[in-house]
Amino acid sequence: MLRRHFMALSLSSAVMLAGVPVLAQAADTLSPPQLIETMSNEIIRDVQQDPKLRSGNPEVVMQFVEQKILPNVDFQKITQSAVGRYWREATPAQRTALEQQFKQLLVYTYAGAVKQIKDQKVKMLPYREPANAQDVTVRTRVINNGEPLQLDYRLENTQAGWKITDVNVMGIWLVDNYRSVFAQEIGQKGIDGLIATLKEKNQNLAQAKG
Amino acid sequence: MKPMARFIPLLALAALGGCATHNPQDPLEPYNRAMFTINDKVDKAVLKPVATGYKAVTPTPIRHGVTNFFGNFGDVWSMTNDFLQGNVHDGLSTFMRVGVNSVFGLFGTLDIATEMGIYKHPNDFGLTLARWGVGSGPYVVLPFYGPSTVRDAAGTGVFLAYGPTAQISPPSASYGALALNLVNTRANLLSASNLFDQIALDPYVFTRSAYEQRRKSQVEEVRDRPIIDLGEPNPLAKYSYDDANGGLMSFASPTPTAAASAVNSDAKTNAPSH
Repeated sequence: MLRRHFMALSLSSAVMLAGVPVLAQAADTLSPPQLIETMSNEIIRDVQQDPKLRSGNPEVVMQFVEQKILPNVDFQKITQSAVGRYWREATPAQRTALEQQFKQLLVYTYAGAVKQIKDQKVKMLPYREPANAQDVTVRTRVINNGEPLQLDYRLENTQAGWKITDVNVMGIWLVDNYRSVFAQEIGQKGIDGLIATLKEKNQNLAQAKG
Repeated sequence: MKPMARFIPLLALAALGGCATHNPQDPLEPYNRAMFTINDKVDKAVLKPVATGYKAVTPTPIRHGVTNFFGNFGDVWSMTNDFLQGNVHDGLSTFMRVGVNSVFGLFGTLDIATEMGIYKHPNDFGLTLARWGVGSGPYVVLPFYGPSTVRDAAGTGVFLAYGPTAQISPPSASYGALALNLVNTRANLLSASNLFDQIALDPYVFTRSAYEQRRKSQVEEVRDRPIIDLGEPNPLAKYSYDDANGGLMSFASPTPTAAASAVNSDAKTNAPSH
């Protein structure tokens, strides 16, 4: 229905947030599914227990996102995949700018999603990756209003431990979705055009928060 | 099939007109963008303000009741399509869900089935068509209903003509139900759509891409099933940690796995591993 895509997107972001956080010190010893499960439950619990977080106080939420989520996400990899084939054409300066601006946009997305967390529960699906795999998918379901919603993670084993490189919300991979949006933007205005658009979006968001 | 038949010549015409554009993935883009803008304007001018007002004056428990009540109608339609797709397992599960919620949940206003671990599995006639081989056709933005494809638009038409809300009589009550459902659903999504407005670079492309990916994964799932699907081990029943703390069914049996088997006939296959 008309609202379905809104619902998909909203839940997607709510849920993305619910699952992404990872505790840095535990990262070395836990397997990817253990990591995702511990952290998903932890973030839901934190949000439920902290009234300031729940009410969406911008400063508190941004700090929370930066502490709990950012350390566990490989933003360079995410940006590179989302920019796709244009990444090779980008200069080092453009790459840095793209990564910074995209990261900022995703931080705002997560911050908005924190406010959507209520009484969701995360359930883990069977993990079927070989023991020595370096690039794995962890599948979970988030029970939201009686409906199990798909929330899967791609993780890669890096020198700094397992890092999230993509998120699938209800069948939609974050990177794939942004790739089509970015490609359109770059096709019309070039790489600098995309950077400018991202900057503008972030500035508007910063004003809305303040 | 009447709504579909009416749609096809129209869309074929629109598709021809759209050939001038450059995007082969979205031949109807000029029309689609226009309709997307109209939908957005209607939403901002009418639906969103009405939903905001509705949310302000209606107590939360009542809104939950309305959501569950229409959710129960939606489940009936999902169940119908489960069976049409040969998905006996989900069909029976949803039959249980509707039964429990209708009988014990005050005509569907309380969602007791979820507490029992019988979850919602949305399904629709567009997926039924896909299951039996109908391709999606081009992406189409429908008036009011938003993102769709030619096939899914036909599915929506069948839903409107034959779905549970169409069975309500007199017709004025049926329209009233549709309108209340619309306003209530929109109210549930207010904070989400605000977020969406903020993050999307090009909302049209973002929405189209998200819709196509979402449907593609749903279609793959229904096409992967055997012709008559009597069930597969339900991973949620096996891995749910909170069943141990007792859903409503846990009093019936000593272990969490056994509790799950009360609602999932296939859970026997899971039991040995626990």
